[in-house]
Amino acid sequence: MGITIPLNPVEPFLRGDRMPHIWCSGCGIGTTVNCFARALAESKLPLDKVAIVSGIGCTGRVAGYLRLDSFHTTHGRAIPFATGLKLAKPELTVVVYSGDGDLIAIGGNHFIHAARRNVDLKVICINNFIYGMTGGQVAPTTPIGATATTAPYGCFERPFNLPYLAESCGAVYVARWTAYHVRYIAHSMAEAFRKKGFSFIEILAPCPTLYQRRNKLGDGLETMRYYKQHSVIKHGASTRDVDLDFQGEIILGKFVDIERPTLQQTMEQRYRHTLQERYVASARR
Amino acid sequence: MVMATTTAKARKFRGEIFIAEDRCKECGFCIEFCPPKVLEFSVKFNRHGYHPPILVNEDGCTGCDLCGLYCPDFAIYGIRVPTTTTTAGRPSEDQGAARDTQEELSTAQEADRN
Repeated sequence: MGITIPLNPVEPFLRGDRMPHIWCSGCGIGTTVNCFARALAESKLPLDKVAIVSGIGCTGRVAGYLRLDSFHTTHGRAIPFATGLKLAKPELTVVVYSGDGDLIAIGGNHFIHAARRNVDLKVICINNFIYGMTGGQVAPTTPIGATATTAPYGCFERPFNLPYLAESCGAVYVARWTAYHVRYIAHSMAEAFRKKGFSFIEILAPCPTLYQRRNKLGDGLETMRYYKQHSVIKHGASTRDVDLDFQGEIILGKFVDIERPTLQQTMEQRYRHTLQERYVASARR
Repeated sequence: MVMATTTAKARKFRGEIFIAEDRCKECGFCIEFCPPKVLEFSVKFNRHGYHPPILVNEDGCTGCDLCGLYCPDFAIYGIRVPTTTTTAGRPSEDQGAARDTQEELSTAQEADRN
């Protein structure tokens, strides 16, 4: 070819041989991956020092599509795997990229304890309010009144308020965005890369095939328009007040940004205190 | 007055769009959220049966790359080309080149998979 064309800026971060991906037309996960690749480019982190771990489900596929050291774990076990990875290789930036069903339902216990211990992980949770890949069952994030395969008359269980859950368990960085707010997502992810400690970013994304179709909410594009019209950005809002209702107002923003010693730091501090010169600290930080 | 500002801006750089048509799944995000609204669905199909976007207003494109940021399929991206350099030749030709290269790429990928 005589004419060289500039490469897509996200192409170096993707496994091009695995494209096209499995996500449906109108799904928001691809958009968030796009933002993630741009945040990675902006942060200028060496790519061999970034690891990505994901669980199961549609969002669990992210690890397989990124040209990074990636691992696709079993159901809900992304955080324990990532914790081990971070402890064994503290110099890595470990990202957990998974969905609401995997992180909060199946792996809920791991999530709260990783936040409590303040493991230095960047947890990105794509919340589509439903179990997408398995056929649209009720998730712990399904809003009251929304229908799902296992709730044909509407969900009647109180859903989790994820930013509140993360903050109350001890996360040091908590933010929520929707797939429409692409620049904010990229900025927030870059901020989380710089942060030490358990960072949690919730991203609402359309699931046109199951959640939107079952609830007669239109397609992915219709949902993106809804996000545009019904989102209010309130940085620093109390996470107690950011509950999500079925098709209600969505409060977005960076809610928590605090400093707290990480698991690695408290561990070294404790061992040094007890064992004194017998403790040999890890040289890699 | 507004028109004048736009022209002054347009003189410094020009937007160029590259589309990997076979990756597109016709979600319409790029068309909907393009600030100057220069994209539309094309009438032709890609090999998966979707209508990829097409640039209908070449002068209107600012190369902001918001389409590239929204695209869930990594199928489109925009760049800014300074209008003073010689690379700002014939846009239609450049786009044809983009298409050919992407086609080559996808053929190579097919071969890899098999």
